[in-house]
Amino acid sequence: MTGVGEVAAFWILATITVGSAVVVALVRDLVRAVVALVGSFLGVAGLFILLSAEFLAVVQVLIYAGAISILMVFAIALTPRSARDNAETAMRWLALALALAMVGLLIAVATVTEWGPQAKEGFQETASAIGEALLNRYVLPFEVASVLLLAAMLGAVVMVRED
Amino acid sequence: MTLLDSWWDLRDLGHAVAAFLEWLGDRGVPSWLPYLVSTLVGLMALLLWALLSQLFFIWAERRLLARIQVRLGPNRAGPFGLLQPVADALKVLSKEMITPRGADKVLFWLAPIGVVVPAIVALGVIPFGQRMVLADLNVGLLFIVAVSSTATLFVFLAGWGSANKYSLLGAMRSVAMLISYEVVQVLALLAVAVFVGSIRLGDIVSWQGRYNTWLIFLQPLGLLGFLIASSVEVNRTPSDIAEAESEIVAGYHTEYGGIRWGMFQMAEYIAGFVVAATVAVLWLGGWTLWGLEEWVPGWLIFLIKLYGVFFLFIWLRGTLPRLRIDQLMGFAWKFLLPLMLLNVLLAGLEMVVWKETEAPAEVVLPIWAVGNIAIGVGLVVGWALLMGHLRPRNRPARSLLVREVGQIYYRPLEEV
Repeated sequence: MTGVGEVAAFWILATITVGSAVVVALVRDLVRAVVALVGSFLGVAGLFILLSAEFLAVVQVLIYAGAISILMVFAIALTPRSARDNAETAMRWLALALALAMVGLLIAVATVTEWGPQAKEGFQETASAIGEALLNRYVLPFEVASVLLLAAMLGAVVMVRED
Repeated sequence: MTLLDSWWDLRDLGHAVAAFLEWLGDRGVPSWLPYLVSTLVGLMALLLWALLSQLFFIWAERRLLARIQVRLGPNRAGPFGLLQPVADALKVLSKEMITPRGADKVLFWLAPIGVVVPAIVALGVIPFGQRMVLADLNVGLLFIVAVSSTATLFVFLAGWGSANKYSLLGAMRSVAMLISYEVVQVLALLAVAVFVGSIRLGDIVSWQGRYNTWLIFLQPLGLLGFLIASSVEVNRTPSDIAEAESEIVAGYHTEYGGIRWGMFQMAEYIAGFVVAATVAVLWLGGWTLWGLEEWVPGWLIFLIKLYGVFFLFIWLRGTLPRLRIDQLMGFAWKFLLPLMLLNVLLAGLEMVVWKETEAPAEVVLPIWAVGNIAIGVGLVVGWALLMGHLRPRNRPARSLLVREVGQIYYRPLEEV
């Protein structure tokens, strides 16, 4: 955080991200909740850009704002109307407790970690660095993930197959 | 280029902006001000260009379609009907915007805005000239795909929020088409990225300039896939079943009127320009024309290429009939997807061979150009013959899942 612009950008993006997340939890209509969730995703993408991780930011937009949101909308559209609103359930106190625990954990990590000066420098070319890491060092998890996705796709094809 | 950095060197309007920023920097203004000014100037220029081009192409499209269909087209307002889009714009602006009673008002209001914004944002990474680009991101190619894909959600919201069955049908079709064709589109772009080794749009243009070639010769199959997938994505007529006016009235924007409908129209045109610009940058060499860019402004060359590609879309619209939804989906998964996968494999193999043999580009590239064109034509023709033997069914069969859980049972014709 060097310039005024970066600080301003951070606070604007943080407000968008957290504000949209709050709307997701509060709004009753699930489709509106998905729209607010897209706002939150876009805010996170902006934060990635602020950390000079453009590749991650673009992929965040492509996969979360573009694809995952469509998936959720499809799921909502195929759900009966009675189960479609963001109603109060018995699980909400448990959810609140879990969310608070998560926030506490994150704050604890952020305060305990020693943020060295190297944390301020961004990567130069994240796209090629990520590509090389995925295809050299982490090639096994990468391939396992692709096999998993293939299995999921085959499962979907079997379910809707013409006989 | 000689005369570089003189502000009056109109071969690249970026010089004028750079000179202005330098002048501003000499005045001792805060460091963020030139940045802000250049961003605003670029944004205004892009918006102005997009709107003026749209006004022109509304007229051009109607006249050309009329010519293709042996009609006259709009020819009353102004010379050759040139003022027709202005009259249309005034009409659209002054019409009432109706919100249906059962509509979800927030989503209904949000959808037209959300459809236009991604199209305009995607314009920001298009290089109109060597220095005429608002933001030359090093992930520019992926940025265009990512930003364009977010518009789909808002198309769905338009259909969902309208509380109209036809709108919802159109929205569902639009989402289903986009999910299918985005795979094809990204695979077509991937082959280009494999060839160039970068997804920065400026690098792709300069790669084509360095080897004095256009990627259309090296990647004809990729261009075919991208053109088809993009025409689906921007809802142009051979595949505009999301708004097919003869089947489902106007699809997702049936309930929209006035300027809200105008926003959808604007999004469609600007997204079309983005697609045409992507084709011009990736496959047609962007603002270069084998040395002619030394004499003719690069942005003029680029715009001519862009408009040429857009004209191709209009031509397709006037020539081809609309496809049915199951035909369109089957085409994506059974025809285009295998071809695009083979194309990526081919591009990878060729690059590996080039790197290993270290042959000069003058030898390697012509061989691959001829080879890729031959392979592309062979694959398309062969696949089409193969698919032609499998006779199309007139009734789409019901899937296993629908049969197991579905409530409605249509008795097949044979049993009646």
